[in-house]
Amino acid sequence: MELQSFLSHEGILSVIDGMAQKTRALAEQRNLENFAIIGIRTGGVLVAEALHEKLGITEPLGTLDIAFYRDDFSQIGLNPEVKPSQISFDIDGRHILLVDDVIHTGRTIRAALNEIFDYGRPASVTLAALVDRDGRELPVQADIIGLEVTLTSNEQIKLTGEDDMELVIGSRQ
Amino acid sequence: MNSANLQLDDNGSLKHFLTIDGLKREHLVSILDVAESFLNVSDRSVKKVPALRGKVVANLFFENSTRTRTTFELAAKRLSADVLNLNISVSATAKGETLLDTLRNLEAMHVDMFVIRHADSGAAHFIAQHARPGVSVINAGDGRHAHPTQAMLDVFTIRQMKGDFTPLKVAIIGDILHSRVARSQILALNTLGVSEVRVIAPKTLLPHDARESLGVHVFHDLEEGITDADVVIMLRLQKERMDGALLASEQEYFQRFGVTQARMKLASPDAIVMHPGPLNRGVEIESEVADGPQSVILEQVSNGIAIRMAVMAMAMNPRALGGESA
Repeated sequence: MELQSFLSHEGILSVIDGMAQKTRALAEQRNLENFAIIGIRTGGVLVAEALHEKLGITEPLGTLDIAFYRDDFSQIGLNPEVKPSQISFDIDGRHILLVDDVIHTGRTIRAALNEIFDYGRPASVTLAALVDRDGRELPVQADIIGLEVTLTSNEQIKLTGEDDMELVIGSRQ
Repeated sequence: MNSANLQLDDNGSLKHFLTIDGLKREHLVSILDVAESFLNVSDRSVKKVPALRGKVVANLFFENSTRTRTTFELAAKRLSADVLNLNISVSATAKGETLLDTLRNLEAMHVDMFVIRHADSGAAHFIAQHARPGVSVINAGDGRHAHPTQAMLDVFTIRQMKGDFTPLKVAIIGDILHSRVARSQILALNTLGVSEVRVIAPKTLLPHDARESLGVHVFHDLEEGITDADVVIMLRLQKERMDGALLASEQEYFQRFGVTQARMKLASPDAIVMHPGPLNRGVEIESEVADGPQSVILEQVSNGIAIRMAVMAMAMNPRALGGESA
């Protein structure tokens, strides 16, 4: 796969700044008092960490690894890189801000919602994505979007790095 | 028994889990890491994940076992699989059905995974050799040969309590000669690179070439062997060994090899005490030690569920079918 840089660390942080503003506005409008943040591993956790800091939330971030909830588990098996999901707060009755790096087919979000509901019954779930790209296969839409990108079906966009984030576009020949 | 090849697919991923023998350090670490991510499933309001939804797991127990069977059953259920428990010692074989016939019949019921415990060494390998492609086999103990999930839950517990394996001195006390648990533990500990594996046993309960064949330090004196140990593992003394010429009596065994609080003072001050169960209190272990602050015996049981979930999730590996259509 050929990788091409799309957006660098600084650019990503300013996009997340915009997302933080939208989150504040939406939280006020929808009355999402005391909401908790959950990031989806691995890229979503990076975006969630940045949002968590910018919003000044003190409660620890939740992280979700959806490996055991993927709808293609019976076709491709287990991702051996799986890490524990960590949610230290009680989900029951909480407003949740669910964060991912890229929303594409919507299948990851379906799996994440199922996993969240195995922890409890949240009051609401609001979805934030750094990148919204075309190609939805399920009726799932983000409430807070950093960037909208249109790509061909053999192109992929993903968030890499940790301290030095980068959005890259790869294309399959 | 060429089990190394039998339990791995062409990509080196697990398709059966039969023995520690032939697995590399990376395999073992990857099982431990996956188990780690299953640990907190029991703290959630829904104590299961959907990974094996729609799959059928058959527990074939030709030998009695409460703990191993129930933790395998719970592990399969936490992965959302459907579970059949077959206590075969009292059913088919009593009517003369062969192991292969039993296998074929269950395959005809579309079972996806067999968990097998059998008194004959090699039984799980035999099933794995004859199972249809795509059917996975997990060894839950075969004869004197191997009990790999027990060994993995033991090293998982050690990692949880101690972190790094490399500086550790691990002492295993008891009937090494007849123990599948000990064989698997020693292989796992050596593969993970502990500093020293010691075995402590009377001469009658040790293979004569233990040092070379198992790669261990041999002690016949408990107090000598336990000195400075970081991990002290007792094995269950099988009552039937008492009938033969191998041991004089339970009392004498306890006097020479029973782990007591006084003897534990010789081990490292933060040493942990482990036992695969069921305990023979007053034979291989004193109650004060079994129930004391250094004991992690009940942690072993909880960890057994996470380890069994990990090997089942990893072995139910569709790539082993050659079905890379996704």
